[in-house]
Amino acid sequence: MSLSVLFFVLVAGVSLAAAVGVVVSRQPVHSALFLLTNFAMLAVLYVTLAAQFLAAVQVIVYAGGIVVLILFVIMLIGGDTNDFVAPQRSWTRVTALGLGILLLAGLLYSFAQRLQPLPPNPEDLVQGGVPQAVGTALFTRFILPFEVVAFLLLVALIGALILGRPPTSDDPEAALLQQDSTGR
Amino acid sequence: MDWLNLLVYPAVRVLVLFFVLLTGFAYLTWYERKLLARFQVRYGPNRAGRFGLLQPLADAIKALFKEEIVPDHVDRPVYLLAPALAIVPALIIWAVIPVAKDFPAVADVPIGILWILAVAGIEGYGVILAGWSSNNNYSLLGALRSSAQMISYELPLGIFLVSILVLAGTFSLVELVEMSRPWWEWLWLWLVFPLFFICILAETNRSPFDLPETENELVAGFQTEYGGMKFALFFMAEYINMITTSAIMATLFFGGWKGPFADQYVWLGPVYLFIKVVALLFLFIWVRASVSRPRWDQLMRFSWQFLLPVSLMHLMGSAVFTVFLK
Repeated sequence: MSLSVLFFVLVAGVSLAAAVGVVVSRQPVHSALFLLTNFAMLAVLYVTLAAQFLAAVQVIVYAGGIVVLILFVIMLIGGDTNDFVAPQRSWTRVTALGLGILLLAGLLYSFAQRLQPLPPNPEDLVQGGVPQAVGTALFTRFILPFEVVAFLLLVALIGALILGRPPTSDDPEAALLQQDSTGR
Repeated sequence: MDWLNLLVYPAVRVLVLFFVLLTGFAYLTWYERKLLARFQVRYGPNRAGRFGLLQPLADAIKALFKEEIVPDHVDRPVYLLAPALAIVPALIIWAVIPVAKDFPAVADVPIGILWILAVAGIEGYGVILAGWSSNNNYSLLGALRSSAQMISYELPLGIFLVSILVLAGTFSLVELVEMSRPWWEWLWLWLVFPLFFICILAETNRSPFDLPETENELVAGFQTEYGGMKFALFFMAEYINMITTSAIMATLFFGGWKGPFADQYVWLGPVYLFIKVVALLFLFIWVRASVSRPRWDQLMRFSWQFLLPVSLMHLMGSAVFTVFLK
């Protein structure tokens, strides 16, 4: 076994172990930390594929942004773990298992569809992860999806803004809510 | 396989770097105490050694020989992990900073600026996890403040970095320092340097943005339950972060290792970088000695309603300049 394969097996093993940890740990903060480990390992895998840009973005967006927000929300809601335990019903486990198998089958199917032999010169593929290549692809070939995603994010932003706005006094329902919160 | 180039040289560079940074940290505490004393018309440490120069050594010995206490009510694995998570990013961010001509601290990667953004993004975990795992309300409040502050100030910081990136046209810090910039570009950059510096103050939790550890309302914030060497690690992380961010600012805004004759004599590069870093550290301490702490809502409002729009406008301006003048 060559060194690079050994390295891959190590990183992939840690990544999988972290993924299992996300699901099985009872403490939500521990789950978030396992998720962080998983993302970091994914970034390492990107680096081994010479996709440094993807690795950096993976760390910036997921480790630096999303998991921090997850932790923030968990801490804001409180450390009482009972809040996070889903109510146990008799059919919960069966449904979860069924949906999980469905997801796995879907992933395997799409993976098998894309499974092709390596092109004659794999070096060309490897060039895809440097910043210049990503930028060029994003702003020429994939400009429409890029703009659609930007628009979607803008809509989400405006939605959050409207939800977070303090209620105006001429809205009867909001006025009622405000009364409730002040205890009158 | 070329073991010497792959493992041995980088390892030696890393060891030298860590030695310099840790020594720098020790004497930065001395520098800060001396300067603060001068600002407040006192003497500062002057008993251990000449001018108190042995004071950092005495402090280190004290921290090392303190009893290691892990309180019963903490979340043990996370509690022990947090100080390590605080100090590691502060050290590894140095890898891409050029210290002399054609000589980055460890490696010249094509994503240097992104590396800085990425490591800055994970810098907050130490503080956040320390606050949460301590299982103490003061600590938790400190951690909450820290995470909100980090997320808020990372945005304008990142956009200022993008602005520099657009002007430079390269992700590599080594190339960024070596390229010659026109005079208007320097002016355009220095225009926003004060705002960038404010973002850095918030990111490093330095006074006046030290709300995560305000001693008069939160005891010691996120580090209330830590003592001995574990507390010292947080302390180290904060001060090494100061050194690191000063080096980054010197690299981005003031030409890094560049200076008269630095091209001919390579050893002058680190000297110039050192002088610039010390000057910026003086600025950190000067601000601490003179500016009072803002209220929590003022801090957030300043970031979202002033810094973010200004950084976006600066980015637009940079893009226009790059298209029409370069």
